[in-house]
Amino acid sequence: MNLAPDALKAPAGGGGLIETTYREAVREAIREAMLRDERVFMMGEDVGRYGGCYAVSKGLLAEFGPDRIRDTPLSESGFTGAGIGAAMAGLRPIVELMTVNFSLLALDQILNTAATIRHMSGNQFGVPLVIRMATGAGRQLAAQHSHSLEGWYAHIPGIKVLAPATLEDARGMLWTALLDPDPVLIFENVMLYNMTGQLSAAAGAVDIDKAAVRRAGEDITLITYGGSLWKTLAAATALESENIRAEVIDLRSLRPLDDDTILRSVRKTRRALIVDEGWRSGSLAAEICARIVEGAFFELDAPVRRVCSEEVPIPYARHLEEAAIPQTSKIVAAVKTVFGRS
Amino acid sequence: MSADVVDFRMPSLGADMEAGTLVEWLVKPADKVKRGDIVAVVETQKGAIEVEVFEAGEVAEILVEPGARVPVGTPLARIRTSTMAEAAGERPRASPEIVAAPPGALSRPQSLSAAPAGVPRREGGRVLASPAARELARSVGVDLAAVVGSGPDGAIVREDVLRSRATSEVKKPLGLDLGVMREAIAAAMARSKREIPHYYLQHQFDVTAIETWLARTNGDRPPAERLLFAALAIKAVALAVKRFPQFNGFWREGRFEPSAAIHVGTAIAIRGGGLAAPALHDVDRLSLDELMARLRDLVQRMRAGRIRSSEIAYATITVSSLGERGVEALFGIIYPPQVALVGFGTILRRPWLVGEDVQARSVLTVTLAADHRVSDGHAGALFLAEIGKLLQEPESL
Repeated sequence: MNLAPDALKAPAGGGGLIETTYREAVREAIREAMLRDERVFMMGEDVGRYGGCYAVSKGLLAEFGPDRIRDTPLSESGFTGAGIGAAMAGLRPIVELMTVNFSLLALDQILNTAATIRHMSGNQFGVPLVIRMATGAGRQLAAQHSHSLEGWYAHIPGIKVLAPATLEDARGMLWTALLDPDPVLIFENVMLYNMTGQLSAAAGAVDIDKAAVRRAGEDITLITYGGSLWKTLAAATALESENIRAEVIDLRSLRPLDDDTILRSVRKTRRALIVDEGWRSGSLAAEICARIVEGAFFELDAPVRRVCSEEVPIPYARHLEEAAIPQTSKIVAAVKTVFGRS
Repeated sequence: MSADVVDFRMPSLGADMEAGTLVEWLVKPADKVKRGDIVAVVETQKGAIEVEVFEAGEVAEILVEPGARVPVGTPLARIRTSTMAEAAGERPRASPEIVAAPPGALSRPQSLSAAPAGVPRREGGRVLASPAARELARSVGVDLAAVVGSGPDGAIVREDVLRSRATSEVKKPLGLDLGVMREAIAAAMARSKREIPHYYLQHQFDVTAIETWLARTNGDRPPAERLLFAALAIKAVALAVKRFPQFNGFWREGRFEPSAAIHVGTAIAIRGGGLAAPALHDVDRLSLDELMARLRDLVQRMRAGRIRSSEIAYATITVSSLGERGVEALFGIIYPPQVALVGFGTILRRPWLVGEDVQARSVLTVTLAADHRVSDGHAGALFLAEIGKLLQEPESL
């Protein structure tokens, strides 16, 4: 399948805005893909009769039937492998893994098979597979369901890693990902599913290789993605009262990283802070920090800083869970230290 | 580094001073100097200040030319001390530490051996500056050593270089710059109100006896030798702090450092709107006549914009008086890092009970602003009462 420019265009539809949720936007994206391409099917734990553990696929079994909305055994390695095989054989599977924690059971399939087949087959086979999974903390699901491991996947050559944070991206990234000839992982932050907002009725496919400047500013670049985007935007608003005008970049794609957008912004603001719900050590935030220092060292006017999760298993108790992950107040405080204020 | 050559450095003339401009050398190489000699004039936010030398010997070398603005701690000249014996017992110097550096350590350039206040330096003498600030400083020719940092950890950021360039481009007339002085007052007073938990006390005293004593004492003196009430007030404060040392000294690094010496800062208004509080040294050991002579000299020099480094930097307590302005009481703002300020209002004729009779008496309101981290109201009240008691016996001052 080639990525023709026309393929990105939204299907013909009426204008106007509709009130929707992130969850519904993801569901609409799946529906659209199923309707546009009969090779598309989805499988995963509880995606059919139960409607998905986050209710994303509610109603899809009735609409598309059990061949295309397939409930699987609790066997991530097995059904992810089946998805890889189906993709290599010409289908366009969407594999849903319930959470990123469970995806580790499929890590062998993802890393050793999906990401390597094109390389190992001398470009004879590709794996046009999309894997969706939930990530992030905040729903009191404790330490085996709440981690943010997307940064680990962003380490792996051969796949793309996406983090839709907006309704437009939740709606539009899936189709573009399905057009990609190689595996694409889409990480949906669990705290975003209930997010409501206005979305164009004609919303459709979006690019999946560019970061987006969600807020323009002159004084510091705040780089983030996924569920942390909204906390970071709130921090940027709060920082106005400190007379700090923050630019906020939504990475959207964690692999590849859009170095150009990041560096262009940092060269303008000369300061950078990365907000990443992953743990700090060996994190995606660390990688971004390194790229900034490599690419804009002489432009920097302050040390690059990071707001990451505390290095603990994400706690169950609400106050501890909240304390463990990036929050608006932590971001504001960290930005102030970049300016030598406390 | 030869052991008997020492650096004469840009002094710190106040907690808020970070750099100064060398205006004038009053000595040249090979001149002999002794401790206390005025060797240079330095321009600071507080005006032109005559800087004294603390070594005895001979000027070996002038390192900084007039007109140069350098950070506190920068060597300005090198003094060849007469003998080591004379040098010993003087102020501690950096040189012994350098001699004691571990074997194998490279000797550092001398100008980096001290870490001047306000200029961020890491161990090893490197100026903390952001890459962008360095790049800009290089391209516009600004010396980072002369820039004060405002960034994280006090690092110099781009903005600081831009600001320093802006100020250095404006050629300021030498002497007292009231605009700059206003900035300095603003900075010191804002810091005081921000950091010091002030408490205020007020006490009124009948000072009729002092007025009578002053009139009698001054009666047969020529105007230039007459005592002013201000001298008595300053002396009374100096003697009172001997009994109440918690009002004399500095709050530094989270603790009170009492001062054995009593140097009373004297708030002096400057025509045109400035204010300074240069110190009268060792007031407790001066006779009233000596104190009065010093006070006259200080006021004249202050108003002419020439005060000495030791006067501007070392006050241990401040006395402020708005007597000539007719104000009954003033509640001062402590000059950090000091911990107390005593205010004297105008002496007013007031009805006053003497025994059971109402009489017309001369009444003075004395106030205390003190740092509650160091002292409490109880001690403050006793301190004020002590000042009042001392003022009742002018002949013993």
